This record gives sequence, C-alpha cells and structure tokens, in this order.
Amino acid sequence: MSAVVRKFTRSVPEWRPRVVPVKLEEASEAQLDALSVTPSGTKVSDYVLTLAHDVESLKVRSPLFNAIMYDKGGMSRAEREIGAIGASMVNHCIYCAAVHAARHAQLENSPEITDRLFLDGSAAKLPDRDRAIFEFAVALSEAPPEAGPERMQALREAGLDEAEILDLILSTALFGWANRLMHVLGDPVRSDGGEA
Amino acid sequence: MSANETTLATAGIGETGPASAAVALRSDIFEMTAVAENAVLRPKETGRWPHPLRAALAARIAALNGVGDLAVRYALEAGDFAGLANPASNGAAEGLGPVLAFMDKVAVETRNVVATDISALQDTGVADADIVRLSELNAFLAYQIRVVAGLRLMTEGKP
Repeated sequence: MSAVVRKFTRSVPEWRPRVVPVKLEEASEAQLDALSVTPSGTKVSDYVLTLAHDVESLKVRSPLFNAIMYDKGGMSRAEREIGAIGASMVNHCIYCAAVHAARHAQLENSPEITDRLFLDGSAAKLPDRDRAIFEFAVALSEAPPEAGPERMQALREAGLDEAEILDLILSTALFGWANRLMHVLGDPVRSDGGEA
Repeated sequence: MSANETTLATAGIGETGPASAAVALRSDIFEMTAVAENAVLRPKETGRWPHPLRAALAARIAALNGVGDLAVRYALEAGDFAGLANPASNGAAEGLGPVLAFMDKVAVETRNVVATDISALQDTGVADADIVRLSELNAFLAYQIRVVAGLRLMTEGKP
C-alpha cells in the first residue's frame, strides 16, 4: 500500500498518475521521438509517459525547462530554485516542492533555508535577499497573480539586477506550469506506509 | 496572431526600452515559449479539443487571472466557441460543463485539485489523453500569464 504525502518534505516521494500513462511498448513513433528528448536516462518515468499523451507539448517543454532553470548567466541556480519552491508551495505541489527543495539544499550545501520555509511558510525568517525572492515568487504564483510594484521594488532593493529579476519571473512562472501537471495529473506517494 | 509576438507584445516589450536588454539575453527562452504556445493552442494533433475551443479556454483562463488584453487576443481565435471565453458562461449548452469546471479549478484553485476532479472528467467520457491535453493547455497559460505579469512589473514606471 502507498499513502499520499500531504506535507512539504525534502524527501522526494514517488509519483502515482491519476490517468493511465502511455505504455512504452505501445508508443507511436511521434511519442518515442518526444520521449527521447526528455532528460530521463534509461528508465522513462510514469510522469513523462503520462505527458507523452500530448507529444507536441512534451517535446517543447523539456528544452524550455532546462533553459529556464540551468542556462548560464543571470540568477544563480539556487535562487531560481527558490522561485520554483515558492510557486510549488502556493500550488501545494508536494512533489515539485520536494525535488526543488532538495536541489536547493544540495546547491547551497545546507538545508537551512528550505527547513525554515517548510516549517514556517511565509513567516519563515530568511536573509533579506532570499526573503524578497521568495515573497515575489509567492505573490506572482497566486491566481490571479498578486505581485505588485512593492514586491518588484523589494527585489531591486535586495540587489537583484534586471537579468536576475527576469530569471526569477521565468523560473516562478515555469512552476506555475509544472505544478499544474504534476499536482493535477498525479499524487505524491510513499510506499513504505504511513500518511506522511 | 503569431505566437512569436504574443508574450512580449502583450507585456509591451519592444526591441528597446525597459527590460529589453534582459529579454534579449534570454531570447532563446522567448522563442521556445512561442513554440510551446503553438503546441498547446494550435497543435497538429488536437484530440477532442479543436483550435478554436483551445483559444476560448485560453482566453477564459487569461480573464480569470485578470489579464484582459491576453484574453482579448486569444478570443479572436475562438470562433464559434467565443462565448466560453467569458468566465460567467458555464458551458452547459455546449456540453462542456465538466470541462470548464475542471479548467477553472486548475487555473485558479490549483492547490485544491484532487483525484476526484480527474475521475469526474473520466466519468463523463473524456479520454486520458484529452485530460493531459487540457492540463497542458492550462499549465502553459499559467506560465505565460505570469511571464506577462512579471515583465509588466519590470517596466512599470519606466520610460
């Protein structure tokens, strides 16, 4: 038995689809072609096989995802992860939050920031720059977006330049996208029992 | 409408002016964004959702998020489905009530989406592939709306 994970965690859960994923052995040529451009290594995940139902979207999404999160210049990778985490906390995407909190902790060699975020949410005590970034990401992720001039001003006062601000907008917006796939099309689960 | 100009044109970003230098540094991302827009709004394989219906749903999501001018742009492509772009319409007359309820919830109450929201669509005969297509459309719009909103904040008050 597996239990749905309902609390934020850095321990990445499994993902159980709510629809039937494409079966690799039954995949069309177009689906196989789209699957080959995902950064999935040898095993194709249920998530990617689920998205293979819409090959045209899957094919364009992976390169865009990689460019926004990993391209050189602009905002640091760890700070882009804060954008991803802010969006995922607003949308309550447990799986995305776990993956990107774990990545942030790895990049920073410290779990401190994400510990605080998961424990205290918007009341978390953060360094000024991280606070400005997180609060902007949260506000932009609300629906409708709630980010206003004061949040933009806070980013500038925290020392972000225009290229960094654009990278934050892109990484936060990207997780508005990712959350609406991961959180909508499946459940985060643990197979070792117990409601996490 | 060209997908190449939707995001930046709606945000009011030109080749010069505020934010244009930062956007130029990420020009590949904006080009890929345009490709993604075509993939969800104007795909070759539409499944159950023809292009005009997709445009109506996109316009509806933009309207629900308060981005009226993006809604107007997409509504121009909505053809016979244009009425659905108005969030006040419930889609019952078109037999799309459950689809609109799902799309509205995913767009603005994302955190509250649960397994039964998917099974409710399945119960009305919507195929899994078409549920994924709806989710991809919704998800892309969430991204585009926030890129537009963020870019506007970058340029606000700047000459």
